[in-house]
Amino acid sequence: MQAETPRPVQTALVIDDEPQIRRLLRVTLEANGYRVVEAVNGHDGVVHAAQRRPDVVLLDLGLPDLDGLEVLRRIREWSRVPIVILSVRDQEEDKIAALDSGADDYVTKPFNSGELLARLRAALRHGQGPGEEAVIVSGDLEVNLAKRQVFKGGTEVRLTPIEYSLLRLLITSAGKVLTHRQLLTAVWGEKAVGQTHYLRVHLAHLREKLESDPSVPELILTEPAVGYRLVLKP
Amino acid sequence: MADETHRNADALLAAIQRDESRRRRGRLKVFLGMCPGVGKTYAMLEAALREVNAGRDVVIGYVETHGRKETDTLAAGLPLVPRARLDHRGVALEEMDLDAVLARRADLVLVDELAHTNAPGARHPKRWQDVMELLDAGLDVFTTLNVQHVESRADTVRQVTGAEVRETVPDGILDDAVLELVDLPPAELLERLKNGKVYLPDRAAVAVQRFFRESNLTALRELSLRLVADHVGVDTRVFRQTQSGVEPWKTGHCLLVGVGPSPLSEPLIRWTRRMADGLGCRWLAVHVEGSRALTGAAQSQLERNLATARELGAEVVTTTDEDLVRGLLRIAQQQNATQIVVGKPTGFAGLERWRGEQRLRRLVRESGNIDVQLVRAEKAGAVAGPVWLPVTRSGVRQYLVAAGVVAATGLLNLALMAVSGPRLPGLVFLLAVVMVALKVGRGPVLVAGALSALMWNFFFLPPRLTFAISAVEDALLFGMYFIVALVLGQLVARIRAQEQAERRREERAVALYEFTRELAEATSRDEVVWQLVAQLGKVFRSPAAVLFPGGDGLVAHPDGSLVLAESEVAVAEWALRQRKAAGKFTDNLPGATALHLPLVTERKAFGILSVSWAEPALSLAQRDLLENFARQSAVILDRIELRAAAERGRLLAESERFTRTLLNSVSHELRTPLAVSTSAAAALAAADAGAPVERRALLEEIVMANARLNRVVGNLLDVARLESGQVRLHLDWHDARDLVQTTLRELGREVGSRRVTSDLPPEPVLVRLDFSLMQHVLGNLLLNAVVHTPAETPIEVSVRREGGPLVIRVVDRGPGVPGNLLPRIFDKFFRAPSAPAGGSGLGLTLVKGFVEAHGGTVRADNRPGGGLMVTVCLPQPENPPNVEAG
Repeated sequence: MQAETPRPVQTALVIDDEPQIRRLLRVTLEANGYRVVEAVNGHDGVVHAAQRRPDVVLLDLGLPDLDGLEVLRRIREWSRVPIVILSVRDQEEDKIAALDSGADDYVTKPFNSGELLARLRAALRHGQGPGEEAVIVSGDLEVNLAKRQVFKGGTEVRLTPIEYSLLRLLITSAGKVLTHRQLLTAVWGEKAVGQTHYLRVHLAHLREKLESDPSVPELILTEPAVGYRLVLKP
Repeated sequence: MADETHRNADALLAAIQRDESRRRRGRLKVFLGMCPGVGKTYAMLEAALREVNAGRDVVIGYVETHGRKETDTLAAGLPLVPRARLDHRGVALEEMDLDAVLARRADLVLVDELAHTNAPGARHPKRWQDVMELLDAGLDVFTTLNVQHVESRADTVRQVTGAEVRETVPDGILDDAVLELVDLPPAELLERLKNGKVYLPDRAAVAVQRFFRESNLTALRELSLRLVADHVGVDTRVFRQTQSGVEPWKTGHCLLVGVGPSPLSEPLIRWTRRMADGLGCRWLAVHVEGSRALTGAAQSQLERNLATARELGAEVVTTTDEDLVRGLLRIAQQQNATQIVVGKPTGFAGLERWRGEQRLRRLVRESGNIDVQLVRAEKAGAVAGPVWLPVTRSGVRQYLVAAGVVAATGLLNLALMAVSGPRLPGLVFLLAVVMVALKVGRGPVLVAGALSALMWNFFFLPPRLTFAISAVEDALLFGMYFIVALVLGQLVARIRAQEQAERRREERAVALYEFTRELAEATSRDEVVWQLVAQLGKVFRSPAAVLFPGGDGLVAHPDGSLVLAESEVAVAEWALRQRKAAGKFTDNLPGATALHLPLVTERKAFGILSVSWAEPALSLAQRDLLENFARQSAVILDRIELRAAAERGRLLAESERFTRTLLNSVSHELRTPLAVSTSAAAALAAADAGAPVERRALLEEIVMANARLNRVVGNLLDVARLESGQVRLHLDWHDARDLVQTTLRELGREVGSRRVTSDLPPEPVLVRLDFSLMQHVLGNLLLNAVVHTPAETPIEVSVRREGGPLVIRVVDRGPGVPGNLLPRIFDKFFRAPSAPAGGSGLGLTLVKGFVEAHGGTVRADNRPGGGLMVTVCLPQPENPPNVEAG
């Protein structure tokens, strides 16, 4: 793991109508070096996002005044600040809609703090634009983006063009969820949206080639009903 | 240009629809001959045997071989539907058993002698109507026909041969049929006749002799050849129209034929049809209804005429006008007719003839740019009987009143005589006649006029008490009085008749208007029935019943005022099935006692209106009104039904929305504190890594308890969702292996130290399912296995796509479930007696619910050697799409 360089204090805007959740998030985030700004409804959220210029936004989907999706769209009209959705189970459709409308990631309540912080870090990293690295390493996997080569345990793995495109998309967004729509559009184009079976088959082949134990995937994880997430190993 | 293409497209569409409707209908093939004995039946049977050899199912519906050996031999090779026996006044008659033939559902039915008239009591009066029903039911039919029986040729045949043709078949039937001419040179036919090979019914031998003359036969042969040739012409015309976009009607012609209550109208109608055929144009048959009542015979002749016109393909229009010429011209202008066809004036009586000629002159004068065709109309044996009811219908009472008034006026005049002189009484009488004319009919007015004139002469004009008149002046006065009285009386009477006709028309309009208005407010079926029955009682004084489908037949609505016998209900059922009027006054089952009208809209047939008509005849106007009532009721029934459906839909959506809101709100209220507590405990546990063991163990307990509570709450909410129908499937393609892997990964901690092995195929298993719901299913099954089996026993999950359905199995080596409890383990809140504490008894209920939401099944079995095996089976109606490599 790369050594954490002391970073400037970052501001997180929490938009949630539940005081308990806000307090919990404030404690957790402040303990981990964030400055926390709270908004109790969607309207305030949009205003704070403009005035306080947070580095990351945590947005609850079920707000009393504005629809969470609406808040997301309003912020996205002018800002590229990373936005992480706070959601509960059974909100798959809203989650997908939020991700497709420009949210960076989501956390399902009840969340554990480790997971939450990891998502925030990933979102912040991607918020700074695409990484510069040409070579990405995860465990015994090495991906050379410049040369379009993939090595596993030192030997080169032959990937089809589609498999490679999928891998490149997932690994450059490592730690972040990519929805089915995002993957399909990027690899096959707009007209392939809904053709999830393409994704299933090619992803199964990709896992076959890259996972240490394909029956227990650890590199490319399935986010049920939402999409996939590639997790880098130290 | 654009217009033309459009018309082309329309014509093509019409042709396609015609083709399609033909495909759904059966096809009719007619073996046409010039006269009996040419071998039509033989030709038909031969053709039928060819069809049998081609593998089609052919039956004989009705074939008459007349005992001819060759024909018998052919017919013996075909299956036969037994004929129906009808008993008519003690005579047993045999007819085709229409219902048996329909029930037999062969591909092709043979029905001899299309023009045959059925015995009374059969469903239809004519056999061609039976054939139409067979065609409507999608059966193909072969039949035979002589040219003399074709409606439009019957006239010509009569003129040529002098033989009267009684049974005819409407030309419209032949339009869609395939015609095959069975031809035989007349000389050969005569030879066959001589050798006794032709069966002839027992008619007078002389008539037969007269008919089968070579000149007749040649003419008939030409007629049949021309019919077939004309028929081909129709085919090519339709074809040309589709191909090249020629106007549907070659020219803008439109013929109009005036139809009256005379038998002479019929040949006129036929003539017009032939003419319209030749011109390839549309034609109208127009009847102008005056105020004078028709005799029963004339009324039925009129209806026959109009029916003939309809069968021959005319658009039939009836209008009301006191003036025949004005009525005809009005319709001609409205419909853009280019030619009016009328008969040459006939009539032996001078007056009648003179009137006809007057009318004709006016027609010619006022027709403007419309041509008038004058056609000689004649029909053998057609003696035009009296058409109008005699005016004396006014009744004896009116005559007595007229005479009484005149007598009273006479007395008054006698009293006044001292002051008035001989001439004033004339004016007083005239006044009396006009007063009488305001109240009574034409006849009594005439009588009053004549009577008063005579009285004036006898009692008042000198010399008194004689009919002689002395002064020339008085004679002139008397003559003028006579004429003025008669003309005045006639004029007043005619105005009254017109007024009455107007009133009748208005009554009909008002009845329809009132009915429509009352009906518009009806909001239920009961109200519609009530209104319908009430209006029919009020307007027609006829009891009626309304029948709706229910149970396994039609059921009469209790508000009806007519009780129907079982046989009548059967007629009503036929009418509903065929969506046609049936029963009395119709061509379908006319032997019934009631008239049955279907209540239909374009969308569906709702039921039947059965009317027991109070009068012996049903006039066109009454029938029109009745049909209007039925149509209006059907429209309202349709509206009520659609509105009810919309209301149901709205309520359902409302209740769904409410349930969903409630569930979401409960879910939020329960989950939020749980989430806070769980996350806080987890954060504490993470922060207290260096704390004493007991403290860490306690934190761990809180986390575990929260997880369990979270799951129970989740299950409870899911059951509520399932039971309120709020579970919606989000089907998508998934790799079933991924389902197992992801579920196992997410369960992680809760499966604890238990080893769960998975048996998965090496290749992706593409299936359509709702991933989240199936994750619940699999998760609950696995947790169930973990909780109910000893710690060291293995648990295995496997996935197979065995041909069709996806099969997921979870098997363990635990104690299993006692056999008698097996069927109950999926019940809500069921918990096995031996189950360890902690479960809610909802997990397996949800499994079953979610699997069934997918249209699948789940079952549990004890394994031989111990343990439980749960099998989930999800049908996969779609095959996975191919995914190309790349």
